[in-house]
Amino acid sequence: MTPAWTWYVVAVTVLNLLGCVWLLRSNTKRRPDDPRPDETGHVWDGDLTEYNKPLPRWWINLFYITLVFSVGYLVWYGVGSLKGWGHWSSGSEWATETAAENARLDDTLKLYAGQSIDELAKDPRAVAIGRAVFINRCAACHGSSGQGATGYPDLSDDIWHWGGTPARILDTIANGRHAVMPAWADTLKAQGGDTAVDDTIAYVLSLSRPGQPKEAAVRGEKLFAGTCSACHGPQGKGNQALGAPDLTDRYWLYGSSTASLHKTLEAGRQGVMPAWKEQLGDTRTRLVGAYVWTLSPHKEPPPAGAVVAE
Amino acid sequence: MASIEASYSDKVVRQFAVMTVVWGVVGMLVGVIIAAQLYWPALGFNLPWLSYGRLRPLHTNAVIFAFGGSALFATSLYTVQRTCHARLISDKLAAFVFWGWQLVIVAAAVSLPLGYTQGKEYAELEWPIDVLITIVWVAYGVLFFGTIAKRKVKHIYVANWFYGAYIITIALLHIVNNLSIPGGWFKSYSVYSGSVDAMVQWWYGHNAVGFFLTTAFLGMMYYFVPKQAGRPIYSYRLSIVHFWALIAIYMWAGPHHLQYTALPDWAQSLGMVFSLVLLAPSWGGAINGILTLSGVWHKLRTDPILKFLIVSLSFYMMSTFEGPMMSIKTVNSLSHYTDWTIGHVHSGAIGWVAMISIGSIYAMLPRLLGLQKMYSTKLIDLHFWMHTIGLVVYIASMWIAGVTQGLMWRATDPENGTLVYSFVESLNATKPYYLFRLGGGLIVLSGMLVMAWNVLRTFRQAAATTAPQPVLSPAAADARA
Repeated sequence: MTPAWTWYVVAVTVLNLLGCVWLLRSNTKRRPDDPRPDETGHVWDGDLTEYNKPLPRWWINLFYITLVFSVGYLVWYGVGSLKGWGHWSSGSEWATETAAENARLDDTLKLYAGQSIDELAKDPRAVAIGRAVFINRCAACHGSSGQGATGYPDLSDDIWHWGGTPARILDTIANGRHAVMPAWADTLKAQGGDTAVDDTIAYVLSLSRPGQPKEAAVRGEKLFAGTCSACHGPQGKGNQALGAPDLTDRYWLYGSSTASLHKTLEAGRQGVMPAWKEQLGDTRTRLVGAYVWTLSPHKEPPPAGAVVAE
Repeated sequence: MASIEASYSDKVVRQFAVMTVVWGVVGMLVGVIIAAQLYWPALGFNLPWLSYGRLRPLHTNAVIFAFGGSALFATSLYTVQRTCHARLISDKLAAFVFWGWQLVIVAAAVSLPLGYTQGKEYAELEWPIDVLITIVWVAYGVLFFGTIAKRKVKHIYVANWFYGAYIITIALLHIVNNLSIPGGWFKSYSVYSGSVDAMVQWWYGHNAVGFFLTTAFLGMMYYFVPKQAGRPIYSYRLSIVHFWALIAIYMWAGPHHLQYTALPDWAQSLGMVFSLVLLAPSWGGAINGILTLSGVWHKLRTDPILKFLIVSLSFYMMSTFEGPMMSIKTVNSLSHYTDWTIGHVHSGAIGWVAMISIGSIYAMLPRLLGLQKMYSTKLIDLHFWMHTIGLVVYIASMWIAGVTQGLMWRATDPENGTLVYSFVESLNATKPYYLFRLGGGLIVLSGMLVMAWNVLRTFRQAAATTAPQPVLSPAAADARA
């Protein structure tokens, strides 16, 4: 801001405040020719009249107090490019508060530095901090109790697309994941004709739900073996190294309706878990990992035949 | 022509008075609907034009510009004739202002649910409607100031100073904030960008409060309070001081809507201190109205119209104390973005604006129709209590909800320095108060229906007898040559 603009703002401000002082002073003194306080001079509309009583003293004083406070406040906090006596800025206030909070946080966090998440999960205080981080950062997608939503994995079960070991979960949170399901419909149709997509869906559904159309499922099995098994495995048990889901269980990240599966094959899916290490720092990443660790029962191992990531 | 000139032009006043009640019911009904949607989100029925985001601006535009606006047109055009002892300069212009303004309201009621918006709060309407508003407003200004110019008395009555300031300032605010480049009939782009756009918007937004919802309604107060109380105004010199202080200082207060944002620090500081200085000028008007009752306080026992007028001034004082307090940066960091702001706005809107309007319409209507009083004074009293109780329930629940939200959002665990609550938890904590708020709103709306019935019956009583009212001759000492 140029000095000319600063002084313009200062001048207009001072003029306005001084104008108020002048207004008050000129109207609190009674001049000889003024009407008396209880005199009603003019009449409008038959009976509308006005007394000329003095301004209440407390009101005048209130006005003056706010004017004096304003000048003091502006001198302390500054106007335009003129820095105030207090050297305050919202940026410096933020920096000071953040530094103080970070120092406090560092004190808290150093107790938990470098520990694995399953160890931290045994400490209720560590889990409490992890939960606080989770509800403010993770709950927007994964839900307030980690139950997930369409497109966002459920964290309260034993199914881990990218691996459920403590080290793998920590890696997922710290560095993020990007799952890519390509749009395979055209490739499948080139191999298996117009019914190829429906056939593949019939086969994939038959892995967890018996009773799919038999002939379609048989045709689909061949298509699956040629195209899908590279990532999802020959038995469809998934591959945690790639984040390729197990297709034989009852969990469907994007829903199990035929329409949803059509969309998956025709448009593909892009699942993105952001990397949190930069925002949270190493220890808080571990703490939120500890909370996530407590959500899962850790009872069922990954299915036999899956590629398991350690 | 002498016979026409000898009477007041009251058709436009009657029209606007009736539409005040009609738009009051409609605007508050939309408010009740969106309050219910906040508690039961399914009430949007997945229909885009019933979604909260589209109905909310419809509610604000309807209660401010349709209900409040009609009350201001009615009372200002009534007051300016009575206190100038002169007929409006043109009946045709008056009819144009009435039908033009109704067209604006209907255009808003259609375009907002369809999703056409400039995205500026209280200035949502798209540019063709803005142009129409400008034309109607200029016509209104010509009508009002033309009548002042041909007045038969030397001195301009204080109410007209306030109405006049409001008409001039709203024209300025409306034009400057809505400057935009059209991109077709239904879309425009503001000529401002970034924080300059935000500053212009809240310069407009706060002065819409200051000049539309405050200055103009003080004009209403300065006519109807002394008229209904039958007492002289407490102090002429107080009215001068607080008028000039109010209009000089309000202009600066807009940045308090943008505390702790990208707006430069010094602009936020200026907005805050001028908001604090605004306290005394605001209270000046309120005490001038309240002290006008000195000597006739007993009338409050028998006259519910006076109760409306005086309680409105109490809420005006309360809101104009709360406002400067909320502009203080420290308080603002707690209150901003919470329902406290909604409570504050409604203590001003339902308490001050609606009560002074309702009281003034009750006071004006019988006089306008040549009757002694409204159809039922008991129903006015019933309306007063419904309105007051509904209002108190509304603002108390929003205060609690707002402070709860503010405290939960900032709560950090003293042991480990992390945030204690998620946003959803604060939403859960405030949900019960949304039900109380809906209840308060329903009571206020029911009160408006009582008023509509009372107004309808009053018109039925008067239908046959209404004759043009003669222009009163001014006292010889006050007459203008």
